[in-house]
Amino acid sequence: MSIDINTVRKVAKLARIRTTDADAEVLSGELNNILSMIEQLNEVKTDGVEPMTSVIEMNLPARADEVTDGDMPDKILSCAPEKAAGFFVVPKVVE
Amino acid sequence: MAHALLKGETGDWEMVIGLEVHAQILTKSKLFSGASAAFGAAPNTQVSPIDAGFPGMLPVINELCIEKAVRTGLGLNAKINLYSVFERKNYFYADLPQGYQISQYQHPIVGEGEIEIDLPDGTTKIIGIERLHVEQDAGKSLHDQHPSKSYVDLNRSGNPLMEIVSKPHMNSAEEAAAYVTKLRAIVRYLDTCDGNMDEGSMRCDVNVSVRKPGDALGTRCEIKNVNSVRFVQQAIEYEARRQIEVIEGGGTIKQETRLFDTKNGTTRAMRSKEDAHDYRYFPDPDLLPLKLEQSFVDDIRKTLPELPDAKKKRFIALGLSNYDASVLTAEKDRAAFYEKVANNNDAKLAANWVTTELAGALNKAGKELHDSPVSAEQLGGLLKLISDNTISGKIAKDVFADMFESGKDAAAIVAEKGLKQVTDTGAIEKIVDEVLAENPDKIAEYKSGKDKLFGFFVGQVLKKSGGKANPAIVNDLLKKKL
Repeated sequence: MSIDINTVRKVAKLARIRTTDADAEVLSGELNNILSMIEQLNEVKTDGVEPMTSVIEMNLPARADEVTDGDMPDKILSCAPEKAAGFFVVPKVVE
Repeated sequence: MAHALLKGETGDWEMVIGLEVHAQILTKSKLFSGASAAFGAAPNTQVSPIDAGFPGMLPVINELCIEKAVRTGLGLNAKINLYSVFERKNYFYADLPQGYQISQYQHPIVGEGEIEIDLPDGTTKIIGIERLHVEQDAGKSLHDQHPSKSYVDLNRSGNPLMEIVSKPHMNSAEEAAAYVTKLRAIVRYLDTCDGNMDEGSMRCDVNVSVRKPGDALGTRCEIKNVNSVRFVQQAIEYEARRQIEVIEGGGTIKQETRLFDTKNGTTRAMRSKEDAHDYRYFPDPDLLPLKLEQSFVDDIRKTLPELPDAKKKRFIALGLSNYDASVLTAEKDRAAFYEKVANNNDAKLAANWVTTELAGALNKAGKELHDSPVSAEQLGGLLKLISDNTISGKIAKDVFADMFESGKDAAAIVAEKGLKQVTDTGAIEKIVDEVLAENPDKIAEYKSGKDKLFGFFVGQVLKKSGGKANPAIVNDLLKKKL
C-alpha cells in the first residue's frame, strides 16, 4: 500500500489540517515509511486469533440510568469564543 | 394491496422506499454521560463535559439504553447480536463538539427482523428490518436568531438514539406512512421511546427511488429529517414525481441528500460537500465491545408486553371488526382504556362506544383520551345498564352526554332522572292501548297492507313513555294487538 500526495491532501482536508504542497510531499514519504513498518505485521500468522480490544479481559463497564451530571451552563460555555443567551454562537452554518 | 404505480409519460413507474427512523431511547440520562436527556430545558443546562467534547473525558454507557435497544429489537422480531461494537463516525459540524458521533457500524446490536403494517384497505404487508443500532444524537443549531451567526444548544448532544433501518420493501407513500405508524406504536407499547414526533423523539430519513416494474433498482435520493407521518407521505409523493420527470426528460438521478421543505411540500438538494460521506469509521478506543449474555436477552423477552399485532388478533377473535381492532390497538392507552370498558361487557358494544360515542365527544370537546371526563370504569358502568336492560341504547346516549358534562356515574344519573327502562308489561300495555285508541285511521291503513306503519306505532309508544319503554316488549305487544 502506498500513500500518494493526493491521498495526503484528501486526508488532511477531512481532518481539517491545512497542508501546503511541500508539506504534503514530505508527509507522503513519512506516512509511507510508517505504513511499510506496520506492514511487517502481515507476516505474523493470525488465523483464528480474536482481535485484542483490551489488555485486560473485561466487559464494557456500564452505569445506571441516573441524572448525575450537567446543570453547569456557565462552565460549559466558559471556553466558547462567543456566546449569547446561553447558546454557543458560531459563524452561520446553513444547509 | 396491489402496487400503487405512478403514471408517467413513458408508462407506469414503481416507487421503492426504505426508511431510517431515529428513535430516542426513553431514559432519564444520556447514552454516555449522566446529564439529563429530558426535552425542553434552557439551552446548555443539560450538558456534561462529555457531551461538550471536552478533552480527557471518558464515555460510560447507560445500561438502560442497552436493555431498551434489545427490547426494541425483540419487538421487531429481530436477531439480537450478542457482540456489538461502538465506532466513531467522523465529521465536522458546529453542533458535534466531539468531531465524531459514537455509533455502531459493522457490528450493530440488532440485526434483521420484520414487522407487519396495516394498510388503509384493510390488508397487511410484511416489511423487513435491516438493522437497529445505538448512537449519540448531535446538538441543535438555530439558524434564524441572527443574520450571520448560528446558535448552538448542546442539550440534545449525547442523547441516546436507536437508528432503525428498514429494507427497501415499501412501494407507496401510504405503506411508508403505515410503517412509521406501526413502528411508533411498537416502541410506545415497549416503552422504549415516547414516539413524540413534535419534540423530535422520532425522526425519519426517507430513501426513494423509482423504476419501471421489473427493472433493477434505480438510483436513490435520501430525504433527511422528515418529522411527521404526513410529511413522510408528502415528501415521497413529491420526490417520486420529481425523479420520474427528470428521467423522462432525458436526465439521470444523482445520488444525493435532499431536504424536505414543509412550507411548499417540495424537496431540494442540500449543498453537498464532495467528502461529506467519507466518515472514516473506526472502533472507538474509549469503549470496549459490548458483549451480552443470552440469558440477559431471554430475561428481557420474558417481560415483553402484548404487542399491537397480537392484541389486534385477540380483539378480532373477540368479535371486533378488523377496522375497530386496528383503531383500538394503534395506541397503547386506547387499547388499555377499551379493555377496561369491555371488562364484563359485550366486546363489540364496548368497541362501538369507545370508537364512536366517546371518540366523537372527545373530538368535539377537543380533548384527548387521557383527560376524558368519562373514565373507562364509568363507561363500562353505562354499558352494563344497557346490557341488563335497565336503560335502552337510545336513553344511554343521553345519559352519556350527561356523564360527559357532569362526570357523574351512569347509575346515579339514571336514578336521579328516573330513566330506568319500563319492563313492566302491564304499564307498557296501557300506553300501547292509548296509542291504538288515538289512531284508528292508522290502524285501518296498517290492516289494509301498509306494513311500514308498524314502525310508527312503536315510535309513538316509545315517545309516550319518554323513551323508557323496553322496545322488545313494545314490539311484542303491538304485534299481538294489531
